[in-house]
Amino acid sequence: MKRFLLKGIINDKGRSLLPIIVVATGTMLTVLLYSWLTGVMGESIRVNANFNTGELKVMTLAYSKDSDQFPNDLAILDASLLINDLKEFEPTVDWVKRVRFGALADFPDSLGETRGQAPVIGWAIDIFSKESLESQRFNLESSIVNGEMPKRAGEVLISNELATKFNVQPGESFTLFGSTMEGGFAFYNLKVSGTLLFGASGLDRGAIVMDIEDAQRAFGMEDACGEILGFLPDKYLNMDNAERIKVRFNNLYSQQQSTDEFAPVMITLRDQAGMAEMVDYTDAVSSIMVFIFVSAMAIVLWNGGLLGALRRYSEFGIRLAMGESKGHIYRSLLTEALIIGAIGSLIGTIIGFFIVLYINVHGVDMSSMMQNSTMVMPSVVRTAITPTTYYIGFIPGIFSMVLGNALAGLGIYKRQTARLFNELEV
Amino acid sequence: MKLICSLKRYTAKAIGLATLALTLLNTTSASLCAQDAVTILKRIDENLSSKNRITESSMTIYGRRSNRTIVSKSWTEGDKKSFTEFISPASEAGTKMLKLDGQLWIYTPSADRTIQISGHLLRQSVMGSDLSYEDMMDDRKLSDIYNVKIEGRDTLDSRDVIILELTANVSDIAYYRQKMWVDEQRNIPLKQEMYARSGQLLKRAEMKEIKRIDNRWYPSLVIYKDMLKDGKGTEFRTISIRFDQQIPSHIFSKASLR
Repeated sequence: MKRFLLKGIINDKGRSLLPIIVVATGTMLTVLLYSWLTGVMGESIRVNANFNTGELKVMTLAYSKDSDQFPNDLAILDASLLINDLKEFEPTVDWVKRVRFGALADFPDSLGETRGQAPVIGWAIDIFSKESLESQRFNLESSIVNGEMPKRAGEVLISNELATKFNVQPGESFTLFGSTMEGGFAFYNLKVSGTLLFGASGLDRGAIVMDIEDAQRAFGMEDACGEILGFLPDKYLNMDNAERIKVRFNNLYSQQQSTDEFAPVMITLRDQAGMAEMVDYTDAVSSIMVFIFVSAMAIVLWNGGLLGALRRYSEFGIRLAMGESKGHIYRSLLTEALIIGAIGSLIGTIIGFFIVLYINVHGVDMSSMMQNSTMVMPSVVRTAITPTTYYIGFIPGIFSMVLGNALAGLGIYKRQTARLFNELEV
Repeated sequence: MKLICSLKRYTAKAIGLATLALTLLNTTSASLCAQDAVTILKRIDENLSSKNRITESSMTIYGRRSNRTIVSKSWTEGDKKSFTEFISPASEAGTKMLKLDGQLWIYTPSADRTIQISGHLLRQSVMGSDLSYEDMMDDRKLSDIYNVKIEGRDTLDSRDVIILELTANVSDIAYYRQKMWVDEQRNIPLKQEMYARSGQLLKRAEMKEIKRIDNRWYPSLVIYKDMLKDGKGTEFRTISIRFDQQIPSHIFSKASLR
């Protein structure tokens, strides 16, 4: 029976060509839009994870309560020991020390007097270790617009906007003025090795990226750090795994956490401000896409099915006259729709996949559109290829085709045998 | 009928006169109270302010992890010039602060740089303490910058106190309103509450160990508490203070920072 129907679909192009084109187009758009949106959102989450949240973050309990203020007086002490413990606890995760800080950058004139000052937001990361992936996470080399990467202690990267505002060139020095971990005066002279343009105004207004050991010296944080970030080995964010690691870690330290406000505590990316909504939104994108396309395509294919059914009005009449049951005709119509939907979805997914793959490899430069963005957003956006990419198109493709034909085919049950003979002019 | 009318007239006149008398009495009393309050505030200024002074003090900051004590020496002339050198701990030793006409510079030997502190930074905490740069800089007499009135009387630390309410009459001020519990006999505040214009309590100060120094009463220990942050407060202890000394003018120059 199925073979018979397949032959009919292949041989009768009038019956199958238009629906297949419509389904393939819809499927392709579904695949493309799903991959684009998950890519954009995923990249944003990834960039935020790289800059701020990690997939996992370890802080002291006291620090975690005011972490948005970077309270380095509540930082983790003996951070190297804790890093070693974390490496033993979860060796697959890349654990890195970070110091976040707010300070004042004071640019001197030729006499060493204050020429200009600006508040800065700083990231202290491991720039110099060979095995460190931190520079890649910040995409530092590509973001440098003037100068070069820091090569030795005391060299930093500052935002290009800051450098332009105070007419600072690579090679010039400035003083970072802030508070030490103990609350004392922190004065630290630094040399600008290069200037950065991240493409997000929130960062480009006054960012400083420096090596963690410089920050530890500047803020009196020997072997201390504000945060330890964990990055899972998966290419795409694996929130379930991160949640499992968090629960295991916090169980291990639960007793210490109940008595000591400086006990380490672990949180996931989801637990951090605004990130849960972002992750949930990304997860919801596929459902939204499926819903929109099922709805839109069901209407289109319903119309197509009606046209097809009208065209095949005589055929159904003859089949009814020959004694074929209405239910059998209806089922065969649905089976045909299923086959056409599957063929259309397969073609649409293949075409969509190649477009997605192209954008995934080459990316789309959105930097000109993001100049006023306050979020940490990637300047080059890529589509995401996830397991869902391979099947997402089949859901609206097949479902809408079957639904459209099911609605159109209801007319079969309304046919009256007496009227049928009249129509057939028998 | 005439009698009733006359009575009414007299009663109305009597009420009018009584009201006038009460109003006059009230105004006079309020004026006297305000005068008293101004006098008290001037006496407080006489105790706390001076033409110049040399102070050695320690500031103990109670942190969540550890406590720190910073010892410094200050030279102050009027309310415009002040020079402070930090003596200990070693990490802060040699750091100097200079105030000249509302401008503030800090020099640190570790970076060998002089940095000017201005704008919103003046409201930042000094070395994690409960005091801001603004607090440390403002040496103006209270009677010059606040209007004052007596709010009541009470007892504090077994001493009779007058409660004063101070409202700023200048705009460049850190605390728009202050409530002050003043020792009635010694004319020295024992407790101060500093408020923002919105009415929010910003800081509280408690003055302890009031001593007689050169014919004036002076608190040897002031405990400051920034009400907007956690912590146990900051203890500011005056180790030694000498009023009306000869201070060489070169002290108050940027050259003396290095």
